[in-house]
Amino acid sequence: MTALLQVDGVGKRFGGFVALDGIQLDVREGERLGLIGPNGSGKSTLVNCICGTLRNEQGQVRFAGETLDGLAAHERTHRGLARSFQLPRPFTSLSLAENVRIPIIYTVNARGRHGLTGAAIDARCLEVLGEVGLAAKADRLPRDLTQIEMRKLELARAMAADPRLLIADEAMAGLSHGEVDEIIALLIRLNGQGVTIIMIEHIMRAVMEFSQRIAVLVAGRKIADGDPKEVVRDPEVVRAYLGE
Amino acid sequence: MASLVDKTTVGGTARGLSGVSFTLILIAVAGLTFVAGRWLGISYAFVMGYTIVQYIVLSTAWNILGGYTGYVNFGVTAFFAMGSYSTVVLYKLTPALPLPIMILVGGVVAGLVGLGTGYLTLRLRGVYFSIATLALAVVMQTLMTNWDLVGGARGAYVLRPREAPLIGGDYVQYLFLNMLILAVLAVATARAIERAALGYGFAAIRDDEAAAEASGVPTLRLKLIATTLSGAFMGMAGAPLPYKDAFLEPTSVFSLDYAVNAIAMPLIGGTSSWLGPVIGAVLVGGLQEYVRVTISSAVNVLVVGLLLVIFVVAAPKGIVGLFQRKR
Repeated sequence: MTALLQVDGVGKRFGGFVALDGIQLDVREGERLGLIGPNGSGKSTLVNCICGTLRNEQGQVRFAGETLDGLAAHERTHRGLARSFQLPRPFTSLSLAENVRIPIIYTVNARGRHGLTGAAIDARCLEVLGEVGLAAKADRLPRDLTQIEMRKLELARAMAADPRLLIADEAMAGLSHGEVDEIIALLIRLNGQGVTIIMIEHIMRAVMEFSQRIAVLVAGRKIADGDPKEVVRDPEVVRAYLGE
Repeated sequence: MASLVDKTTVGGTARGLSGVSFTLILIAVAGLTFVAGRWLGISYAFVMGYTIVQYIVLSTAWNILGGYTGYVNFGVTAFFAMGSYSTVVLYKLTPALPLPIMILVGGVVAGLVGLGTGYLTLRLRGVYFSIATLALAVVMQTLMTNWDLVGGARGAYVLRPREAPLIGGDYVQYLFLNMLILAVLAVATARAIERAALGYGFAAIRDDEAAAEASGVPTLRLKLIATTLSGAFMGMAGAPLPYKDAFLEPTSVFSLDYAVNAIAMPLIGGTSSWLGPVIGAVLVGGLQEYVRVTISSAVNVLVVGLLLVIFVVAAPKGIVGLFQRKR
């Protein structure tokens, strides 16, 4: 069976700096993948290449069998790729309901399968916000939110696009123990609904709890990929994190 | 900036008011204005009315790009003058062409310039985009100054008919009527955008372009729609100008006053809704005309400057912002 997402030899440089060097990564439909690596190892660059925010110079990204080369970020979102940003980037002048409304009218409706109109859109906005526990604040502006609520809004906006693959880029950085559990539960629930998820995270507890498989990036290269328990014992991974 | 939900409630109109009824109300207001002008029967009232309504069109056009998508266009005169100069060209080629058609052509020309400018400059953001648009105005002025057909630096005369076609009376009444129709079109378009998916897309672009893309908003296409629409309305606002002044020359049509006013009026009225530019244009345009007549034609520029400073300090969301629900 072919993978939902195939990253095939993707390379990206910024001037003389090689940010990604021939990354090879397959993600199966329905999988929960943890992507880890020290700061500056290229995780976010990889996400940006997959989602079309950056153009990779080498290699190919295929999604559901289709190559994504040359497609703009919004076209990839239309095909079922959604991402949350490392630092929350809400639409600051729009209410929470309107924040999740954007992907509904521009992605879900653009797919044309079951276009929503009028009251159905309003209902769907509230439903998505409800899934992350923000329905009560639907009419508030993002500036009224706490840090964790902001992260939830970020996830809600990605979820509102009805993605097949969700990439959560450090959705838990800076959150408390209990808040991390909340987000993990949310992501696992989403995965249960059939959404494939790639989680990029530094909090190892969260990664171990969430992931069925872990891939490790170090200095733009993938040095390990496999069962979480084995990967974290891999001498090369240990060396990358702890030094010699 | 306040949300789009607010926008629709501030207008003093019910949120559910349909686009058609809104447009009918606009037409009624415009019609009454015209009838009142006729009843007054003062030629100067029409000249003043023309200027103010022209600014309603200009500032509404500016706001479609600047207010809704956040791209600040300093090159208003480039588009405005494209409309004026296309009228001059048409006048030289086929003087008998009816004014509304000239206005349409002016709109198409300026819209195309908007599309081209958008395509070339929209990779620039923030102040860099603004600088590029300012440069565009300079380039356009240089081109027109060196184009003999439109009179070059000397300018071109456009003889306007003494009588207004269709409605009778002085020709300035006909100019005013055309501008009123344009204003109705512009304002109805702006309000329709706000309430449509397009308005949400524009707002998403204004707030965070990368996040908008990630949410599936085709940002480049939307920005091109905004520059084209905005440019087209500016061009249409400029198209009747040669007939109004009976003369067109580069330094006056490329005057920075137009750009400053078209930016200041939405800022003073409030950029978040169609109503802002309208209020701003009526208030500032009216005050300027008043000062021009009573004090001097130079002081009227001061009016904009002072008002702008006051509003930036005291009411950064403009007059409309003062009445918006606090959240």
